[in-house]
Amino acid sequence: MNALIRLLAVMRKELRQLRRDRITFAMIVGIPIGQILLFGYAINTDVRNLTAAVADQANTHLSRQFISELRQTQVLHIGEPVSNPAQLEALLRSGKISVGVHIPHDFDRRVMDTRRPDAHLLVDGADPTILGVANQLVSMPIAFDTWPVSRTEERSLQVRPYYNPERRTAVNIVPGLIGVILTLTMMLFTAVAIVRERERGNLELLINTPVSTTQLMVGKVVPYIGIGLIQLALITGVGKLLFDVPIRGSIAELYIAAFAFIAANLALGLFISTVAKTQFQAMQVTFFILLPSILLSGFIFPFAGMPVFARYLGEVLPITHFIRLTRGIMLREASLAEMGSELLLLFAFTAIAMTAAVLRFSRRLD
Amino acid sequence: MTSDTGYAIQARGLTRRFGDLVAVSNLDLDVPRAGIYGFLGPNGSGKSTTIRMLCGLLTPTEGSATVLGMDVTGNTSLLKPRIGYMTQKFSLYGDLTVRENLEFIADIYSYRSGRNARIAELLDDYDLDAQAKQLAGTMSGGQRQRLALASAVLHRPELLLLDEPTSAVDPRSRRDFWAKLFELSDAGTTILVSTHYMDEAERCHRLAILDRGVKVADGPPAELQQNTGMTIIEVLTDSPSRAQSLLTELPPVRSVTQLGVRLRVLVPSHIDAPLELVSAALRDSGFPAECKIVAASLEDVFVAVTRDDDASGRAA
Repeated sequence: MNALIRLLAVMRKELRQLRRDRITFAMIVGIPIGQILLFGYAINTDVRNLTAAVADQANTHLSRQFISELRQTQVLHIGEPVSNPAQLEALLRSGKISVGVHIPHDFDRRVMDTRRPDAHLLVDGADPTILGVANQLVSMPIAFDTWPVSRTEERSLQVRPYYNPERRTAVNIVPGLIGVILTLTMMLFTAVAIVRERERGNLELLINTPVSTTQLMVGKVVPYIGIGLIQLALITGVGKLLFDVPIRGSIAELYIAAFAFIAANLALGLFISTVAKTQFQAMQVTFFILLPSILLSGFIFPFAGMPVFARYLGEVLPITHFIRLTRGIMLREASLAEMGSELLLLFAFTAIAMTAAVLRFSRRLD
Repeated sequence: MTSDTGYAIQARGLTRRFGDLVAVSNLDLDVPRAGIYGFLGPNGSGKSTTIRMLCGLLTPTEGSATVLGMDVTGNTSLLKPRIGYMTQKFSLYGDLTVRENLEFIADIYSYRSGRNARIAELLDDYDLDAQAKQLAGTMSGGQRQRLALASAVLHRPELLLLDEPTSAVDPRSRRDFWAKLFELSDAGTTILVSTHYMDEAERCHRLAILDRGVKVADGPPAELQQNTGMTIIEVLTDSPSRAQSLLTELPPVRSVTQLGVRLRVLVPSHIDAPLELVSAALRDSGFPAECKIVAASLEDVFVAVTRDDDASGRAA
């Protein structure tokens, strides 16, 4: 009973302080909305209008028709024509174009000869995304008007995009963005929590009272779980409204997954707080964890493409499991039962981080 | 639980080192119950370190201490509810109001039914009614100090540990503060208070003088004043600074302090005819001066017992 009163006292104190801290309060609402607007519009892997130039040395009816078809794909934005491949290379090197199209003199003859390529694409291959787009162009059919059937019929495989047939990036980004935003805000809130009390001298008073370490830690974490869930509602709301990101599965299950994930981040933040000596250090450690959370979690780059050690590293991060859960629930209409191990891992992470934080917290000043 | 020794605090050989620095060295303490016990010493003399060791915040490097019959080097969770601690720096929440701070402390100490009545009583007692809804961070030094004391005594502790409670407040607030301490002491609370003000030290029932981590004197202030081991000679002269330079060079003189036009000269008691020695020295150098033996003040005690190997004590 006393323990409960103390726990509630710590929670009430945290909420009262939070209510007066206008900047933090603004961050709770501002970060999710700002980030989803920014990234929802900005991140787009569906590349269009790459700057390009064409050196058409054939200048035949067929080559002009081919260039016009290239234009129609809207993948390339073709500027002023140039006369030879050397000029294309110069433009590439100077960064004025990403793709150069070279149509040789004997273009018409090459089209009929299946052993030789019809034309050349010169690509700034430093960016794998651009290279990928260029590869799509390679499969573009070229045919004389007089040919009876197009060569596309020869394909052996056909892609049927499930869950995101329009291939809109936002549909994939928003569920992951929930994870990134919650990682940032939740971890930061608690990472500075204990350090701030130490810096302000409050801790010297607190550890001299009967409040236990567990009461202090749990009391500091619980109010933020509610805040994290509010952020989830904001992000999914804006995602639905502006980007038409669906929640096909159970909303209740999405909140359960988020609850586990928020708890994991808060516990990790608390642990950071017991290690860091100053608020500045706590923030540095937080950002040290945030970066791999964005890059190694499957948020932007597919998990499968990463080397084994990076995948292991990704598996340790709570966000990796949470992104699998949100994409599953929101996009594939999966149930938590089908992804139970991901949820259990989040709870296990929370338990370990929380225990570590409680054990590391010293009730003495030495 | 409580010891039968009649002492609230007992320490033997208490030592704390921070790396090479010895903050507190081999300290023996016997703090009787229901009195005000003072720690007098300059900054860095080990007052805060001692208080932190006594409430279990710092682990002693060597030695032992018993507070309210409990060993402070072990588990102090049963001790915490029985002591009140006021930190040197204001350590309540600046972004909570006075009432919210007191509510928080009351909840932490598991006050239930009587909580609001106790808070109302404290707000009244400590003259904080008008500030009840004010954020603690926006209050004056004196108000903050009253709030800190109110929250330290909220749970009616048997022992109060106050670490330089008056270092940031004006003289009027200091006087009011001490009136409160006497009330608490009369009600049976044992109080350990550290200070670097002589007038505050003089109000304590018992006093320990700390100098660079070592206890150099211990006893009731009046007793310390009687047993300085020094003869105090007050010199009234027209040119006090020149007379001071002269007397400081006189071999048996321990220290010379200027107070306006007067000089206080400390001569060890074993020197015979100290008054004649001092007046002869002044007369021979042509300073007309009036000399007389006076009773020792606490400041004289402090000067007499603290080491002066850096010579600052003699030149002052």
